[in-house]
Amino acid sequence: MPTGDTAPEPTVRSVEEPVPDVDAWGRSESFRALTRRLYDPIYRYWLRAEWEGLEHVPLDGGALLVANHGGAIPSDAPVIMHGVETELLRPVYGLAENLFRQLPVVGTLWSRAGGVPAHPDNAYRLLHDDRQLVLVFPEGTKGTGKLVKERYRLRRFGRGGFVEIAMRAGVPVVPIAVIGNEEAMPILWKSERVAKLLGLPYFPITANQFVYGPVLGYVAPLPAKFRVRVLPPVRFDVEPGRERYNRGMVMDESERIRALIQHEVDDMLRARHSIWRG
Amino acid sequence: MGRRILVTGLGTFWGSRLAQALEARDDVDLIVGVDARTPRLPLTRTEFVKADPSYAILQRVVRATHVDTVLHTHLQADSTRSSPRRLHETNVIGTMNLLAAAAAPESQVRRVVVKTATLVYGSHFDDPYFFREDSRRAHVPATPVERSLVEVDSLLRDFADDNPDIVTTRLRFANILGDDVSTLFSRLLRMRAAPEILGFDPRLQFVHEDDVTRALEFAVTHELPGTYNVAGPGTITWSETCDTVGKRRVALPPVFTRPAAIPLRMLRVTDLAPETLALLRYGRGVDTAKLLAAGFEYRYSTREAVEAFAEARRLERVVGTPEPYVYEHEVEEFFRHSPAVIRDESSS
Repeated sequence: MPTGDTAPEPTVRSVEEPVPDVDAWGRSESFRALTRRLYDPIYRYWLRAEWEGLEHVPLDGGALLVANHGGAIPSDAPVIMHGVETELLRPVYGLAENLFRQLPVVGTLWSRAGGVPAHPDNAYRLLHDDRQLVLVFPEGTKGTGKLVKERYRLRRFGRGGFVEIAMRAGVPVVPIAVIGNEEAMPILWKSERVAKLLGLPYFPITANQFVYGPVLGYVAPLPAKFRVRVLPPVRFDVEPGRERYNRGMVMDESERIRALIQHEVDDMLRARHSIWRG
Repeated sequence: MGRRILVTGLGTFWGSRLAQALEARDDVDLIVGVDARTPRLPLTRTEFVKADPSYAILQRVVRATHVDTVLHTHLQADSTRSSPRRLHETNVIGTMNLLAAAAAPESQVRRVVVKTATLVYGSHFDDPYFFREDSRRAHVPATPVERSLVEVDSLLRDFADDNPDIVTTRLRFANILGDDVSTLFSRLLRMRAAPEILGFDPRLQFVHEDDVTRALEFAVTHELPGTYNVAGPGTITWSETCDTVGKRRVALPPVFTRPAAIPLRMLRVTDLAPETLALLRYGRGVDTAKLLAAGFEYRYSTREAVEAFAEARRLERVVGTPEPYVYEHEVEEFFRHSPAVIRDESSS
């Protein structure tokens, strides 16, 4: 009968049992290793992702990676996660819509691969308590739901929630500009009505469907050349840990980071000669 | 002068277990246990008072015994064990009577400790992965047991506001596992097959029964105003839980899950409450930093609690379950109060 605060009795446990590797966020390193192995040929030979400024991603401590978002089923998230994890050997947790969590099988696989629902408490805990790298696309589905003619015009960065979380957690924001994502799965047309009926943020007809067929056209990206440019970290000169920060300041910082990424995306597009060859 | 403690729910596993733990302490002078049912474990010096289920008698007991601490272990968080009406009666009315007794003008009560459950946070797809004590529930509670516990929560909040001189502690426990106690999850893991929802493998937290007793004792002996989550450090997925215990799983479809669970219940393959189904879909985690900061130390992590349960199950399969203890009122009265018994001060 345990009483008081005496030391715990030593217990004998079997040591040879394999340690299950699903962490507190549902991410499984062994599952990630498997998906990395499967994704590597796509990353390397199909999308031919090339990085600049990877040294701006910190090797330890929490940091919030903020990137532009595009493509019906965006390839920017797996490309950034794959690149950082293989080059820096650090896990990346990707914040995304709660939508994923509701889907059977897909939701579980997404979670094992490092996906976390974009709740402010989750982001704060990952960045502050667990000191991890967190990837977020502040445009959300407004970014991925763009038609092909609106590509690379960055949407509003939400309400700047990502800036507030980074301020509270006391971590830098690392802006990332991506090109190639929009052309990997461009949306030719979308139906508001079907989207509403299915409860989806948007219901697209993609260019990929004319190439790969109606089903595979929602999964397989076109071989657009991916370029990823990491910008120097943005640090905020505020006291961390506060419950609330000045709205205006948060919105200004958010807009500044959006403009920074937009500027860089434009710069990369100026240098691009071909969508497919880069 | 030592502490004088009243324990509700002496007829539950927790009430009896707590009374046992308190009996071993020298700084506790008196333990009074109240319940409609008789104690579940053998006790040596706890005084047992038989009460009605909603504790209308409590005010008299508190006045007569001058207790300084009330330990409320009687909240029912398992809806498979009683009807919605009984749940309301036990949880809401029982707590109201208890708080009224504690706040009565002649009461000496200075500390109220309540054992409640992390069930009050619910389990929903847009919930955070780790609830803090001040996290607000985003959705209206859907099941009777959750509604009653949420109502108890607001009763306690009002009570703490109205009685600043009484330290009111709420301990919210994650799902409990242990060698001896029968809980929602221990029963799920004892049945022929453990249910799962196809395509979902949620993160869960467990707390070992010894840590439950220790946390309640910690709250009695330390001043802990407010609410505290109690869960073994870490999380574990439901599939790992079943694998550790060596339990086959039976999959329920992700749609029409509730009707699909009915035949399983009828065939006694498994027993599923609606709130369990929500948990098997989205799981739940709580932030335990607050109680750790107050100085509490866990003996079992979530994973270790599951491992300990698996070990106990393996032993149980070989030696069977022990005979349950039966309380005999006359015998207990004789040993406590008869002048024929020579009571030795040092024994307890």
